[in-house]
Amino acid sequence: MATLKDFAKKEELFTGGHRLCSGCGIPPIVRLVLRNYETPVVAANATGCLEVATTIYPYSAWRIPWIHSAFENTAATISGVETAYRALKKRGKIPGGDKDIKFIAFGGDGGTYDIGLQSLSGALERGHNFLYLCYDNGAYMNTGIQRSSATPFGCNTTTSPAGTVIKGKLEKRKDLTRIVVAHNVPYAAQASPHNWSDLAKKTQKAINTKGPTFLNVISPCPLGWYTKPEDSNKHARLAVESCYWPLYEVEDGVLRVTYKPKKKVSMEEWLKPQGRFKHIFKPGAEGLLEEIQSQVDEYWEKLLEFDGKPVY
Amino acid sequence: MAIARNKREQMGLTGNSAVAMAMKQVNPDVFPAYPITPSTTVVEEFSSYVADGAVDTEFIAVESEHSAMSACVGAAAAGARVMTATSSQGLALMWEVLYIASGLRLPIVLCDGNRALSSPINIHCDHSDTMGARDSGWIHLYSETVQEAYDNIFQAVRIAEHPDVMLPVMVCLDGFITTHAIENVTPIGDEEAQEFVGEYKAKNSLLDTDNPVTVGAMALQEPYMVFKYQQSEAIKKAKDVVIEVGKEFEEKFGREYGLFESYRLEDAEVAVVILSSAAGTTKVAVDELRARGKKVGLLRPRLFRPLPHAEIAEALKGLKVVACLDRTDSMSGFGGPLFNDVRSVLYEVENRPLIFGRIFGLGGRDYQVKDALAVFEELLSTLETGKVDELIKYITFDPEAPLSVDGSGC
Ligand SMILES: Cc1ncc(C[n+]2csc(CCOP(=O)(O)OP(=O)(O)O)c2C)c(N)n1
Repeated sequence: MATLKDFAKKEELFTGGHRLCSGCGIPPIVRLVLRNYETPVVAANATGCLEVATTIYPYSAWRIPWIHSAFENTAATISGVETAYRALKKRGKIPGGDKDIKFIAFGGDGGTYDIGLQSLSGALERGHNFLYLCYDNGAYMNTGIQRSSATPFGCNTTTSPAGTVIKGKLEKRKDLTRIVVAHNVPYAAQASPHNWSDLAKKTQKAINTKGPTFLNVISPCPLGWYTKPEDSNKHARLAVESCYWPLYEVEDGVLRVTYKPKKKVSMEEWLKPQGRFKHIFKPGAEGLLEEIQSQVDEYWEKLLEFDGKPVY
Repeated sequence: MAIARNKREQMGLTGNSAVAMAMKQVNPDVFPAYPITPSTTVVEEFSSYVADGAVDTEFIAVESEHSAMSACVGAAAAGARVMTATSSQGLALMWEVLYIASGLRLPIVLCDGNRALSSPINIHCDHSDTMGARDSGWIHLYSETVQEAYDNIFQAVRIAEHPDVMLPVMVCLDGFITTHAIENVTPIGDEEAQEFVGEYKAKNSLLDTDNPVTVGAMALQEPYMVFKYQQSEAIKKAKDVVIEVGKEFEEKFGREYGLFESYRLEDAEVAVVILSSAAGTTKVAVDELRARGKKVGLLRPRLFRPLPHAEIAEALKGLKVVACLDRTDSMSGFGGPLFNDVRSVLYEVENRPLIFGRIFGLGGRDYQVKDALAVFEELLSTLETGKVDELIKYITFDPEAPLSVDGSGC
């Protein structure tokens, strides 16, 4: 396993100068993930913050071949690129000669859990050789913080506003990682940028496993979470320490929880500094925090039951 | 089946089999596709060619047409020669990505078996699907016959990949009428086909990892219009390329292809402008009327996008009355797209002909020689009176007739 020092020495494939917000969780995720590649890599990117902020013509933050097509079709797009690779390899027509090339797709939670779910499912089922990385910041941030199916229960967004009658999002999160696992992919995991070594390990497994692999990475968003940019790492950590965002992997069908907090942080501690949950601490929202806490506890307990066991 | 070099023996093929065979002879790198009536058998037959090793194309059995076109975009951006086939709802589902394919200047070839769009759902022929995509930046070639659809596939590859063009092309043939009818086809040899399409080498490829490219960047107010201007110039240039490629095809294989077909138009006073298979029916009416000494003719556009406006104006300028027959309604309240385009084309013509639009054959409703004759009758009476009675009208159809339960009425 590479040390942080080793990583620092590796060429930066995702350069500075892009226009992602300060404190955004996405750049550290992308930079760390790309540092794990030992071969050339080609990326596809769904419409969203990462795409919009990194390729404003004539600039590009990408030192690797990169394609953006639309919002919901990143997985299908990368499946075309990856298939072209196999077709041209067979015919001896890879530019610059035959070489091992890897493929990665990036999408936000909107582009992955919601509008891109069909495209993702199709590409996983067909077994293309690629890694899909979902950065989950819990809403459509690029277009102004609208709810997605990844948005936490009780959360205030611009389309699930905390009003006088309805207190934010009334629906539970979609469990995308579980949906992906149900495709019997050889490797799927949840990770967080604050735990760089866990993320790096998982990335390497995902890269070096043949077939479709998947990483779901929580990505703090100061703008959408109403948090301080300098606190992003802390919020990623609290999401994990509270067991809201469990770190686990499913490798060849066996689930393993890769991090178990010694002492669970309460949801209150994580949510209180986040403006998107401000309303649940005000009169009129009695019981909401307890409901959130019990949902998280229940899920975590269930997950632990599967720890070390085959799930398919 | 293998066709030997230069062997030009006729065979009976459906439109879809001929298209699939042409695609087999092209042997593209990647073929992402999703089945839909009436183009399904193109996808089925092509996947059999793959399964039997008749091609070494990578076939992607995608989960939707949206993903089919998205995979086409990804593969083409990676430098692959890419083809697909669809119809109707399939093309409609691709719609978003059609614009991305042309905007990214990717030379994808798509074959559309023309079928009506829902609702109501209907599997039969009209042109509402491809006409809905007429402004998507794709080059549109409409085919009258099985032979033409077959020949158009090879030419589409050359047109799309021409360095002055670099745009996707759709080859349209009429659903069921042409996709499923068996006609005589004279195929070209496998080697000839390969020689004609040549090897494709993309200028930029995502797989050229030593020279990384960013494809699909965001272009704001200033650059966006520059890109669109370049695209607009490229599609204009496609017209000359269509002519050039058609000439080369004719020299090699003896079949003539231009921007449109003029049928007995030289000394005609009145003419019908119509696309695809219905032109064949109309030509029978032209012949009948010519035999009776009437100066009638026909113009069948083959290239619809880009619109060869100057050439169409030139071809129609001596006429007195023109009828444009659309197999779709643009629902603008002002007739079909062919009518609107041709009418606009004629605006600059001195002593321009009178023109009217007729909408026919929607959802596969039959269009027969008698229907064509009725249009010519209207044309001839307009010639006499010098006045268009009704600018736009539905034909092959009686709005007064009640719709019967068994579907026989109306
Ligand atoms: C078909 C389509 N619908 C809607 C949009 C508008 N849109 C662009 S990005 C986006 C939200 C992206 O959200 P997410 O995937 O979570 O990524 P993030 O913005 O958080 O990076 C939306 C709704 C679009 N571009 N295309």
